Amino acid sequence: MIVFEKPKSLTDAPLHYCPGCTHGIVHRLVAQAIDELGIEGRTIGIAPVGCSVMAYDYFACDMVEASHGRAPAVATGIKRADPSKIVFTYQGDGDLASIGTAETVHSATRNENITVIFINNAIYGMTGGQMAPTSLPGQVTQTSPYGRDPKLCGYPVKVCEMLAQLEGPEYLERVAVNNVKNIKKAQAAIKKAFENQINNKGFSLVEVISSCPTNWGMTPQEALKWIDDNMIPYYPLGVYKDRSNEEEK
Amino acid sequence: MAKLTFKTDLCKGCGLCVDACPKHLLVIAKDKINQKGHSPVEITDQSQCIGCAFCATMCPDCIITVER
Repeated sequence: MIVFEKPKSLTDAPLHYCPGCTHGIVHRLVAQAIDELGIEGRTIGIAPVGCSVMAYDYFACDMVEASHGRAPAVATGIKRADPSKIVFTYQGDGDLASIGTAETVHSATRNENITVIFINNAIYGMTGGQMAPTSLPGQVTQTSPYGRDPKLCGYPVKVCEMLAQLEGPEYLERVAVNNVKNIKKAQAAIKKAFENQINNKGFSLVEVISSCPTNWGMTPQEALKWIDDNMIPYYPLGVYKDRSNEEEK
Repeated sequence: MAKLTFKTDLCKGCGLCVDACPKHLLVIAKDKINQKGHSPVEITDQSQCIGCAFCATMCPDCIITVER
């Protein structure tokens, strides 16, 4: 009996990500959710700009490539044109929390019935490790060689906390993929985000705390530990908004 | 008995599975190089594997199939 194999919603294309990059894990979790819910025939994904720009090669469903940051706007258009389709976006922090902040906030406040997977690795990966809006105070990057100084560069954007202030969104959760336990929780959160869309609940966003060993200048193992030691204390995991719970109360 | 199958040519040798294995059965084969130019993972003792699939859960490249 096969206990674990590659999900059918992933293609056989080898992933281009660096060794130890957790993008691959999140790709797999999304594909597993699509497989388990049996929606592979009617799912449309929106690829972002960033490391995961080639995500359209990896998911075995229809994919669209959006301009930088505009994935939620493209998803809005597709979902409104054909509400029978399941539409998800897959975006990094440079895409969603920087150039695409307006699209993210407005699709959330409109409660668009889409699923957003947000990869937060606190750095711009593809362009070579520059400071991102989510880089931690004191974090050394290519453009903050002495560490991020909040007096000069401001404080990091906490996307889940920010969106939780809005009345619109249905479901916001922050998860991590740095160990098996957290990956299982992330799997459940991503599946729920897709279920919400199937049940016409509305905007669901899962923020995934992810690693970037190459640009953090660490081994893959050190990077996972750095998530535990630095990322999770600054970006606490948990459910930030879940209107289905509110209704039950 | 549990059985692991690796798509060795796709392994990037990151070692995340090595740390995840509760029985410490996986190693990066430093003396081998795959098509991609990485040293791939291999299992030291298949008979000890309990089929928990922790390695496959951690693998970013989905190269591990677990049978039980």
